[in-house]
Amino acid sequence: MAATTTGGRQGSWLTVALLAPTTAWFLILLVMPLVVVVIFSFGARAPMGGYAAAFTFDQYANLPARLTAFKNTMTFAPLGTLLSLLVAYPLAYYLAVKVGSRWKLLLLVLVIVPFWTSLLIRTYAWIFILGGRGIPALLEFIGMESVRLINTPGAVMVGIVYGYLPLMVFPIFVSLEKLDKRLLEASSDLGGSPFGTFLQVTLPLSMPGVATGCMLVFILLMGEFLIPAFLGGGKVFFIGNALVDLFLQSRNWPFGSAVAVTLVIIMLITVSLYMRVTMGKTTGRDEPLM
Amino acid sequence: MRLYSIAVYLFLYVPIGIIVLFSFNSGRHASDFQGLSVKWYGKALSNPFVIDALTTSLIIALSVAILSSVMGTSAALALQRVRGPMRVLFDGLIYVSIMIPGIVIGIATLVALVTVFDLLNPILASLWPEGVKAPKFSLGYASVIAAHTLFTMSLVIILVRARIAGMDRALIEASEDLYATPWRTFYQITLPQIFPAVLAGFLLSFTFSFDDFIISFFVAGANTTLPVYVFSSIRRGITPEVNVIGSMVLGVSLTLLIIAQVLLRRRDRQ
Repeated sequence: MAATTTGGRQGSWLTVALLAPTTAWFLILLVMPLVVVVIFSFGARAPMGGYAAAFTFDQYANLPARLTAFKNTMTFAPLGTLLSLLVAYPLAYYLAVKVGSRWKLLLLVLVIVPFWTSLLIRTYAWIFILGGRGIPALLEFIGMESVRLINTPGAVMVGIVYGYLPLMVFPIFVSLEKLDKRLLEASSDLGGSPFGTFLQVTLPLSMPGVATGCMLVFILLMGEFLIPAFLGGGKVFFIGNALVDLFLQSRNWPFGSAVAVTLVIIMLITVSLYMRVTMGKTTGRDEPLM
Repeated sequence: MRLYSIAVYLFLYVPIGIIVLFSFNSGRHASDFQGLSVKWYGKALSNPFVIDALTTSLIIALSVAILSSVMGTSAALALQRVRGPMRVLFDGLIYVSIMIPGIVIGIATLVALVTVFDLLNPILASLWPEGVKAPKFSLGYASVIAAHTLFTMSLVIILVRARIAGMDRALIEASEDLYATPWRTFYQITLPQIFPAVLAGFLLSFTFSFDDFIISFFVAGANTTLPVYVFSSIRRGITPEVNVIGSMVLGVSLTLLIIAQVLLRRRDRQ
């Protein structure tokens, strides 16, 4: 704004001054820490834990020691994303297409709000519900003996869907709300069945929202620690749990760094592959419309 | 369709409701409901460890909210005038700082700060006169605030930038044509228009910081924030105290969030 009236010089100094703190933050708290982790991942472990300077690939060669954590993460993250999508889509559709504008805002806010409240407390609630005195006690009451719910893969899955559902609903809602309702009318005027209209018009047009939601949930699940720690009971172990163990308990920083770097690389690869596939599809669909 | 949606809302809110209900339990155990009472609230609030953790969390969250709304808003305004490769670089950094998992930020900050502190502390000690104890860098409030602000600052930039994009440019041009100083244009025209986004950013930053567990777990050093305290209590077993703290945390963040959401959306609809 200032630049247009006060001319380039003063304006550009102001821009630099306004951006300086943000730039410092990015350099000191994002770029430097990531560089240090990459350097550490090629180092050796000091006798007392921590880091000793070296250049070796030993840490990466040792990765199979944590293979189970990688396998679990790579199974639960995509499955959890898919399950969240299946639960979220109908709700997003209902909110965007069926609900009148009076209630829409309130109902949408009610979906988003839980995501911003403490995941720790919300996950804890499920320890309470699935634990021995929760649902299993109720089941015992109606005659089903010794059902074990907590510390199972199923419990972790419930925690995942519960934790990340709001993040999936929101982008799908946004893309469905932008959808031109005349397209739906046109489709039914041309004799399309409701289901046919959904498959051929609504679903393809909501793909950008679906892609965004899946990506967000998938990325967060890759780094998840709390849900498996609380609901998996040491039986379901993610990379996040391995990282907490390596950095805070066994203090093997170089190996922990190698695990962290590998996690970020897997994440980048899957996300860019996924984006290429979904973007390719949506642009392909858009062309005939133009 | 409608029934399904009701079921999903129940799924989202019943667990929260159960925690709140059991926080009013008068019984001695966390999960036997015996009647309503606020006695566990009294017990939790007279526990010095809880009060300590709560104070730490509030100081950190308030600092994070102030820092990130000021820095994020400044950056969002300045970035409008940045073009070319610098802009691409900044957008990339904003994007990365939001998308990178908290656990990776926690680890990377821990490792980098400890390494830098180990290098700086001997230098600092040698600069101080003999016999006087030199100050030492260590993990604590500042490192948690700094690490939280990385994420929340980028969040504020995105919120404010969206608001600027929807702003009425004609007013700014009119103000400039009438020879208002840049500061006055900012104060009287720009700020009132972007204010809902700034305030929403402030509230979201506060909530994020107040609720964050994983970053604080790595970089809080000897300090305990409320979520870190709750985590270690849950590890020891579920107690009525955890239900009480959980309900209070949920209450605080729900209130702030609803305000933030209304602020963000009310203006969007006009």
